[in-house]
Amino acid sequence: MQATLLTIALAPLVGAIIAGFFRNQVGRRGAHIVTIAGVAVSCLLSMHVFKLIAFDGLPTYNENVYTWFEAGGYSAHVGFLVDRLTAMMMVVVTFVSLMVHVYTIGYMAEDPGYQRFFSYIALFTFSMLMLVMSNNFLQLFFGWEAVGLVSYLLIGFWFKKPSAIFANLKAFLVNRVGDFGFLLGIAAVLMYFGTLDYATVFANRLAIDGKTIELVAGHAWAVPTVICILLFIGAMGKSAQVPLHVWLPDSMEGPTPISALIHAATMVTAGIFMVARMSPLFEMSETALATVAVIGATTAFFTGLIGLVQNDIKRVVAYSTLSQLGYMTVALGVSAYSAAVFHLMTHAFFKALLFLGAGSVIMAMHHEQDMRYMGGLRKYLPVTYWTAVIGTLALVGTPLFSGFYSKDAIIVAAQSAAHHGGAAFAYAYYAVLFGVFVTALYSFRLLYLTFHGKERFVVDAQHGDAHHDDHGDDHGHHEPGHLAHAPHESPLVVTIPLVLLAIPSVAIAWFFVQPMLIGDFFAGSIFVDIRHAPLAHFAKEFHGVVAFALHGLSTLPFWLAFAGFALATYLYLFNPAMPGRIYAALRPLARVLENKYGFDDLYQALFARGSVLLGRGLWRGGDVAVIDGAIVNGSAAVVERAASIMRWMQSGYLYHYAFAMILGLIALLGAFVWIE
Amino acid sequence: MISTHLLSWLIALPVLGGVATLASGGNNSNRARWIALAFAIATLALCIPLWNGFDSASAAMQFVQKMPWIEALSVNYHVGVDGVAVALIALTAFTTVLVLIGAWDAIDDKVHQYYAAFLVLEGLMIGVFCALDALLFYVFFEAMLIPMFIIIGIWGGPRRVYATIKFFLYTFFGSIFMLIGLIYLYLKSGSFDLAFLAQYPLSRDEQMWLFFSFLLAFAVKVPMFPVHTWLPDAHVEAPTGGSVILAAIMLKIGGFGFLRFALPITPDAAHEFAWLVIALSLIAVVYIGFVALVQQDMKKLIAYSSISHMGFVTLGAFLPLQLARDVGNVGAAQLALQGAMVQMVSHGFISAALFSCVGVLYDRVHSRMIGDYGGVANHMPWFAFFAVFFAMANSGLPGTSGFVGEFMVILASFQAKPWIAATAALTLILGAAYTLWMVKRVIFGEAQHAHVKALQDISGRETIVLGGFAAATLLLGLWPAPLTDLMNASLGNVVEQLMRVKV
Repeated sequence: MQATLLTIALAPLVGAIIAGFFRNQVGRRGAHIVTIAGVAVSCLLSMHVFKLIAFDGLPTYNENVYTWFEAGGYSAHVGFLVDRLTAMMMVVVTFVSLMVHVYTIGYMAEDPGYQRFFSYIALFTFSMLMLVMSNNFLQLFFGWEAVGLVSYLLIGFWFKKPSAIFANLKAFLVNRVGDFGFLLGIAAVLMYFGTLDYATVFANRLAIDGKTIELVAGHAWAVPTVICILLFIGAMGKSAQVPLHVWLPDSMEGPTPISALIHAATMVTAGIFMVARMSPLFEMSETALATVAVIGATTAFFTGLIGLVQNDIKRVVAYSTLSQLGYMTVALGVSAYSAAVFHLMTHAFFKALLFLGAGSVIMAMHHEQDMRYMGGLRKYLPVTYWTAVIGTLALVGTPLFSGFYSKDAIIVAAQSAAHHGGAAFAYAYYAVLFGVFVTALYSFRLLYLTFHGKERFVVDAQHGDAHHDDHGDDHGHHEPGHLAHAPHESPLVVTIPLVLLAIPSVAIAWFFVQPMLIGDFFAGSIFVDIRHAPLAHFAKEFHGVVAFALHGLSTLPFWLAFAGFALATYLYLFNPAMPGRIYAALRPLARVLENKYGFDDLYQALFARGSVLLGRGLWRGGDVAVIDGAIVNGSAAVVERAASIMRWMQSGYLYHYAFAMILGLIALLGAFVWIE
Repeated sequence: MISTHLLSWLIALPVLGGVATLASGGNNSNRARWIALAFAIATLALCIPLWNGFDSASAAMQFVQKMPWIEALSVNYHVGVDGVAVALIALTAFTTVLVLIGAWDAIDDKVHQYYAAFLVLEGLMIGVFCALDALLFYVFFEAMLIPMFIIIGIWGGPRRVYATIKFFLYTFFGSIFMLIGLIYLYLKSGSFDLAFLAQYPLSRDEQMWLFFSFLLAFAVKVPMFPVHTWLPDAHVEAPTGGSVILAAIMLKIGGFGFLRFALPITPDAAHEFAWLVIALSLIAVVYIGFVALVQQDMKKLIAYSSISHMGFVTLGAFLPLQLARDVGNVGAAQLALQGAMVQMVSHGFISAALFSCVGVLYDRVHSRMIGDYGGVANHMPWFAFFAVFFAMANSGLPGTSGFVGEFMVILASFQAKPWIAATAALTLILGAAYTLWMVKRVIFGEAQHAHVKALQDISGRETIVLGGFAAATLLLGLWPAPLTDLMNASLGNVVEQLMRVKV
């Protein structure tokens, strides 16, 4: 088993090393062959392991591979924990990664950094696998930071673009803010459990129950709450929860395949996975859970609203991702971990599909991303169109599509929590409920603006059959809305992954909703306290896949989604002049959304500019003026000054000395007389 | 023969090599280079029997050699190593080889003297790590300044005279107090033997005065805030090789000195004033982090980054006093010390590599200013790979050595006080900010300047240097156990020493 798991993790790494370091030797073809082979091996073996664990009853695998360090009774290891949760993640990660690898052959076909790109995405697959397969906090943190590194490299893939290298620095630093909390959380775990091993920590979890810690003198905090909130700060960074969400929309500067793989399907869900993995700890703190729910709800609703005013096709999908991550976080907050993980899985498929579809559109539009210059693409891109329809239907939660089951489970769980719990959970419930309307509205807006309606681009006839312009850098177009030749459907390497992702987007839930949400699929991986029964209500309503879909037609979320669909249809299909008038009428509100509630401007002013000003002040004031100026060079100057006074006094002229003696005598006599 | 005199050979061989290089004369630069490199490689080879022959299960000093030196003062030539010293000697020998390779084409003025200075410096630094006699230590400690003074003063930049004087006076000012302290200890106890002094009882006031004399000497060397301002100037003016050795090895002697002197000889004073050192360490991490952010000169930025990272060394060296004595957690004390020592070795690799990277650019463009670059990746892709790799290591990315020490120190400090851990962990954000912002402005972007467009990627020789440091950084990051196992028993001994109440 260990050999299998090592192969799964290392095969993509080998591909990455070959494609990266021997890029000239293996060439473009060689680069995609080795990386795809590596990821394909990983994917097939992951499916095999999934089958063994999920169906053949193989027990949870938990072994260390080697010792990282041992000191003072503490030790850290590299090792694998593979249970059903991990096995599911492994399949999702490697499958989506494989699809993205294949798709990249088409998308990056003319990019000069072709081999480098394959090397990075294979490296990402390795890092993500290390993260999900870890059996301890150290390796979790390794994978956590390694995916952050690859994300940094890929957002800045086109490193000549100022916006790209701004976005990747921002992404890395915002994530580091989250990691700051995460690392302290790990330190707290080590302090109270004396180990970083998951199994030991979870087995002894009751040891911290009721303990308190003084973070600030005089204020005692419950230890489970402190640990969980610190860990969750890490999740907020990686899974882009408000207020650490600002990096994700900017990450769209990276090439589209990685937006699908990293910034939608896998890496950004690492935080969700981590909290689900830590469920035995989170279940000990109601405060932490309520915090998680509130943060998730805020993200789910308010970032969805921003998606309504975006014109860049990728940014709409990015805000949609933020909002869906918020849904998953709400599920975590109401203890419905399995619903969170289930939505993570369905979302990975349909959101990767939507991103790759957007990428296909972008290719057809010669790297134009502004939807205002699209429209009517349906007839040029039939495969892309129909797969995008499937992705959209899954995203908005249409009955029978996979997204319907996963999202409904979250809403029902939030409703139960609101019923039993306090205001935090009620807020979470209404946020995810009305979020459904917003989701449908921005999703169909995207679909209509892109594929339906009048064509808002012009094909310049004189360039009609000129040779290909460069696809490589997606910023080479001259005039917006002018294309050198008519858009056409993407090649098979692009459309086949779309179709292969569309299938699970529809059907994956049919097979897994029953065992994962109602059955005990995750028993042993996810722990839910006896006091919480978040999915009991869902289980009561669920009588089979089709029956539940029919039942869904009579529920509020369905009609809210329908209302969003209907409104979008009216506004963008039948009355295209309306949105402009509404925009003008609600200008102040639209401005707030366009400014993204001002987070970016605030952070830029406060943290970016503030740090530079502070640094300059400390440097000029502290180092240059006080330490060097006053003390170091100052003491040198004092020595010099004293020496020159001495030199001046010892002039060697007798009359100087005599004069000084007389002055001294007068002064002494004067003092003597004055005192008398 | 070789094993009983191994340490003496390690000290003498590079010095002899220096003499040989010097004697080869200034006419044939290549001959001088090859002679020097041969001696440096031979010294590195001597580290193999050192590492293999060292019994890491034992906390005792090993490869000990002792003979009278100045009998009237009962000063001995007394050398020996523990696990920490073995690690630092290996680091010294490894770095020196790469420095000599790195200087191959970069230095063409008085080549034989330059190479000779580095070899002599290597021997003296190894001497510092081996010395078990306080006066012997002091002699090596001071003698080390001379070759470095020459290296900066002759092959340095335009303000080299200011920088060398500042460097010399600063460090000399610190160590002169240590000499007074050592003389006091000798007059009182009649010995310079470090092991003896570690056992020797001292009153609270005596310990306090001695502790501050040690603190001053080693704080300047590390350097700690607020006696750090010599370092940026020295680095800026030093030639690449000088910067590399300064950052990689000489700063470590400060941290090593705390372990050999302050903790064992004055444990109670160290405990009493641990709060002061911890506070200064945290200031180093945060204050210097902000200062590094606004530097325009790459070498200054890396110099400030060094000060900030060395804050983890002093933090990890003094936390154990609180952890072992106040919290009563000996394991965490050991973890903190391990963190400090791993950080020393790791910083040796990373800072050396970063200064070498600046050297690569400086040799081509003759500027260290960030503003003179931008878009280097377009013309030097392999260099960009190394630069980004070392930048990530400097930001403490797991998988590189930069993470290991900081991770251990932060984990241990949380057990002393959570706010100490929180302050130290700010380096996660600050370190990434100043390092990656520099990378953004130097490596990425469109090439603006003509001299950047004319850049040639790194040569085979430069690849060996950067590749060597990269391999070491990666190996230590992925598998620190060999290093921590080497030092475990020795550091356990240090923890015992610092728990011993002497008053």
